[in-house]
Amino acid sequence: MATPSLLLLLADGRFPAGAHAHSGGLEAAVAAGRVTDLASLEAFLAGRLATAGLVGAAFAAAAHRAAVAETADSANQARPGRRSDAPAETAARSGAPAGPAARSGALARLDAELDARTAAPALRAVSRRQGRALLRAGRTIWPDAPFADLPATPGGAHQPLVLGLLCAAAGLSRVETATIAAYGTLTGAASAGVRLLGLDPYQVQALLVGLADACDGTAADAARAADDPPERLPAAAAPLADIHAEIHATWEVRLFAS
Amino acid sequence: MRAHARLVARADGRGGTALVELHGETPLLLRQTPTDGGVATVHLVGGAAGPLAGDDLRLEIEVGPGAAVRVHSVAASIALPGRKGAVSRMAVRAVVHAGATLHWLPEQLVAAAGCAHLAESRIELAAGASLRWRDELICGRYGEAPGGAVVHTQVDYAGRPLLRQSLAVGPHAPGWAGPAVLGGALATGSLLVVDPSLPAGPAAVEGGVARLPLAGGPATLWTATAADAHTLRAHLTG
Repeated sequence: MATPSLLLLLADGRFPAGAHAHSGGLEAAVAAGRVTDLASLEAFLAGRLATAGLVGAAFAAAAHRAAVAETADSANQARPGRRSDAPAETAARSGAPAGPAARSGALARLDAELDARTAAPALRAVSRRQGRALLRAGRTIWPDAPFADLPATPGGAHQPLVLGLLCAAAGLSRVETATIAAYGTLTGAASAGVRLLGLDPYQVQALLVGLADACDGTAADAARAADDPPERLPAAAAPLADIHAEIHATWEVRLFAS
Repeated sequence: MRAHARLVARADGRGGTALVELHGETPLLLRQTPTDGGVATVHLVGGAAGPLAGDDLRLEIEVGPGAAVRVHSVAASIALPGRKGAVSRMAVRAVVHAGATLHWLPEQLVAAAGCAHLAESRIELAAGASLRWRDELICGRYGEAPGGAVVHTQVDYAGRPLLRQSLAVGPHAPGWAGPAVLGGALATGSLLVVDPSLPAGPAAVEGGVARLPLAGGPATLWTATAADAHTLRAHLTG
């Protein structure tokens, strides 16, 4: 059973996965003159939450779903006292296939589906880089978690997939997993806003407080969507996120990695 | 209004393309126009205003092995409000076989004030199929804020996901006009070019248009935002 502390630990920007190095596209939006003050930062955050936030949260939730289907299966097998049809029941109830092969198949499919939702090569690379950083932390903290079932994609698995497995290993629920993902898309860009624009940190926190309901709503939508077939997971697009990311990737000097 | 249209093309064995099925219903009518060098050309002719909320329009396209089809439309479609609470829907389903080519280059979709529209395209490409697929969305007629519109595009290549994107604008799409999504641009769109004979170039951005090589197949997505429809089209001629 998850403790509130584990939820807080994984959502914390100080969790050693390099989140502080990324601005979530804000640095390029600031350079383009599109984000200049609190009001435009708020619009940026709302749009980012509804697009990249929703998609990332849905994929983290779907990866969590794949991981939990298997965890229930092996937990039941580890306890011979339980009825032998329990794993099948669990799988049927969750609607997901159980077993390591099914899980690695499901994760590979999710990885390809997320690629198809990430048109900009720079954003694909960033997501995989953040996935690798998170995986290093996860392997040390939860050495028994099934990270080996992540697809062996060049560059590593996408960040939301790793996050989903990490949260499952921590015993968090699917909606908690989606909340951490959605929340991370907001807080990273918000704290970058303080640094890039010299905004008043109290006022930026007030913005985040104002967006908390939208963040919870996005996480709830994402957690529900995770039951859909992978091709029907959210695909909310943001043309400027793609354009900004490719411009940012060409800069020689930048404060943030993305 | 409900309408269903269907277009099936086959290679005619002499280097050309025959349209073995071509039928539509008002307001979704298909007209064959003079063939352009072995490519069968078809125009979508709107037989009524709209789409109006409540309309349900479906178009199926199948391009057989080795055949080539180009689809245009004679005018922009303007999504308009209709019955209260109703949604207009334009669903295109295309299957393109090996060695076949589909060019889908219709005029722009305009999301008028108060509309509730869903444009949904699902495209299945066999390995070795080619595609040019353009989606352009204009947010509102002159000087008006758009209603709700979602342009959803789902493309598979050789059984693998190639592109999934769903662009939402209007009062129910948080932040759509803001700096994370369109940044105040009133026109946006993309041109997907799938061509197995063409090596995908590196990503690049010029002005308001980005060239994005995709991960799932021999494909490049051009994506653009622009101040107006004319500038957008200039970006998306690929």
